Amino acid sequence: MAEYSALSLLKNAFTGNKDWKPAWRKPDPKASYDVIVIGGGGHGLSTAYYLAKEHGITNVAVLEKGWLGSGNVGRNTTAVRSNYLLPSNTRFYEHSMKMWENLSHDLNYNVMFSQRGCLNLAHTPAQFDDYARRGNAMRHLGVDAELMTVAEIKRLVPALDVSGSARFPILGGLMQPRAGSARHDAVAWGYARGADRRGVDIIENCEVTGFLRNGDRITGVSTTRGEIRAKKVALAVAGSTGRVMQLAGIDKMPIESHVLQAFVTESLKPIIDTILTFGMGHFYISQSDKGGLVYGGDLDGYNSYAQRGSLPIVDEVMSEMLALFPGLARVRMLRSWGGVCDMTMDGSPIITTGPLPGMYLNCGWCYGGFKATPASGWCFAWTIAKDEPHDFNAPFTLDRFYRGLVIDDKGQGATPRLH
Amino acid sequence: MLITCPYCGPRDVIEFTYQGDGNRQRPQPSSQDLDAWNAYVYDRLNPAGDHNEIWQHSGGCRAHLRVVRNTLTHEISSSGFARGDHKAARHRLETKS
Ligand SMILES: Cc1cc2nc3c(=O)[nH]c(=O)nc-3n(C[C@H](O)[C@H](O)[C@H](O)COP(=O)(O)OP(=O)(O)OC[C@H]3O[C@@H](n4cnc5c(N)ncnc54)[C@H](O)[C@@H]3O)c2cc1C
Ligand SMILES: [Zn+2]
Repeated sequence: MAEYSALSLLKNAFTGNKDWKPAWRKPDPKASYDVIVIGGGGHGLSTAYYLAKEHGITNVAVLEKGWLGSGNVGRNTTAVRSNYLLPSNTRFYEHSMKMWENLSHDLNYNVMFSQRGCLNLAHTPAQFDDYARRGNAMRHLGVDAELMTVAEIKRLVPALDVSGSARFPILGGLMQPRAGSARHDAVAWGYARGADRRGVDIIENCEVTGFLRNGDRITGVSTTRGEIRAKKVALAVAGSTGRVMQLAGIDKMPIESHVLQAFVTESLKPIIDTILTFGMGHFYISQSDKGGLVYGGDLDGYNSYAQRGSLPIVDEVMSEMLALFPGLARVRMLRSWGGVCDMTMDGSPIITTGPLPGMYLNCGWCYGGFKATPASGWCFAWTIAKDEPHDFNAPFTLDRFYRGLVIDDKGQGATPRLH
Repeated sequence: MLITCPYCGPRDVIEFTYQGDGNRQRPQPSSQDLDAWNAYVYDRLNPAGDHNEIWQHSGGCRAHLRVVRNTLTHEISSSGFARGDHKAARHRLETKS
């Protein structure tokens, strides 16, 4: 019987809910492991889960400096989509999408994946053409995409200002119907429990402060809870990649750390039944199951390791929201926060062996890594277990920047704050 | 956040455009050193702490500035023209770390 089921709910209800096991143990670190995963975010936890599940590697520790979910896995706006232009991105994110579609079942943990679609609004004929091109590229690779007319958009989101007199009139949009959102904490907890039950040690409040080495080779880590050795050390620290690589003596990377903010309003009745993006600025919005509007916009725009944002972006994001939904002017914002994003020079991630012997690197998720969580862990586990990438992550190397093989979906060039 | 422009004085950050890591060295235009070009275009110092960076006062006098800013606290410890001799900013950065 699955650990969580209607029957187990009923059984535990009769015994006063006293017999539930904690979702994961709190073990002390052992002296050594086959694999150490640094970072207990979504990607680190899913990596450990798939190492155990797909490759039978269970002598694994996940080291997390804070508590599970304290990083971006618990800070994102939960948009899951695979609407990319370039084939290497599309294939990878579509693999992830397929994993999302079965994730609650696979983890026996309800991640509340809700496929309510993601609609990119077009405001100029050129932008509409561009969306048609992207939609065609997606369909070419078997991903769902539909162009929508203004009338269809009005029917889907009646609150939207679709009048010709809007500041930026809406001309149409590109919809990916299978896109959606999920409950981000549940993703972290579900993977943590799945990994734990397969023997992985999840060690919280354990910050990696240095690397143990034998010559060039990484042979373990020093932490706030002592030295731990491992045959393989895998980094999945997202926004902290620059800092942790510096501990390994690598000062320069094709990465800048930037802060991204997110916002939530008070609960409203259902008003936005999809994920909506504004085409004339950088703004996206969806509505949580609790009713709060969840939205965000641009990065603050300069290097930051502070997990908080600044006011000019708050101002801008609110203005963009009102350009789309003048009717929301008096809704109150409840909370806002920031997370540090590992922005690469081409906007695409890195999942690779190296760059030092004994080291494996997973980073560069920019502000789009939540949707990648299943595929990222799956591909990273493959790469760690087999010492070579899977086809899905083979393009996401670290040296692509120096070999003319960048994957720049937006065509933006090496200016991370604009990706 | 306020950035002090040598011409215009302390001004709000929204008047400025960020141009990132100020330690990058652009090779001579005639250089054929591929590694040096790659490093210039793609590699960044990304410290948690003092960061030597370039900003342009694009919403003001348009001067390019070299600023030393802490990426954890956003405290700015020096700013001046990016052109010419940036000894002051460099010195500040070296003595701080
Ligand atoms: C505001 C915001 C909105 C976003 N919205 C979306 C979205 O809608 N859709 C989407 O797909 N993506 C989104 N993202 C991006 C997504 O959240 C990230 O790309 C993704 O969560 C990164 O992977 P992770 O979950 O493993 O990171 P994290 O959860 O940040 O995990 C990294 C972990 O490493 C730990 N760590 C760091 N240094 C050390 C050390 N020295 N020792 C031990 N542990 C360490 C950290 O504490 C952290 O827990 C958003 C991000 C932000 C900030
Ligand atoms: Zn000025």
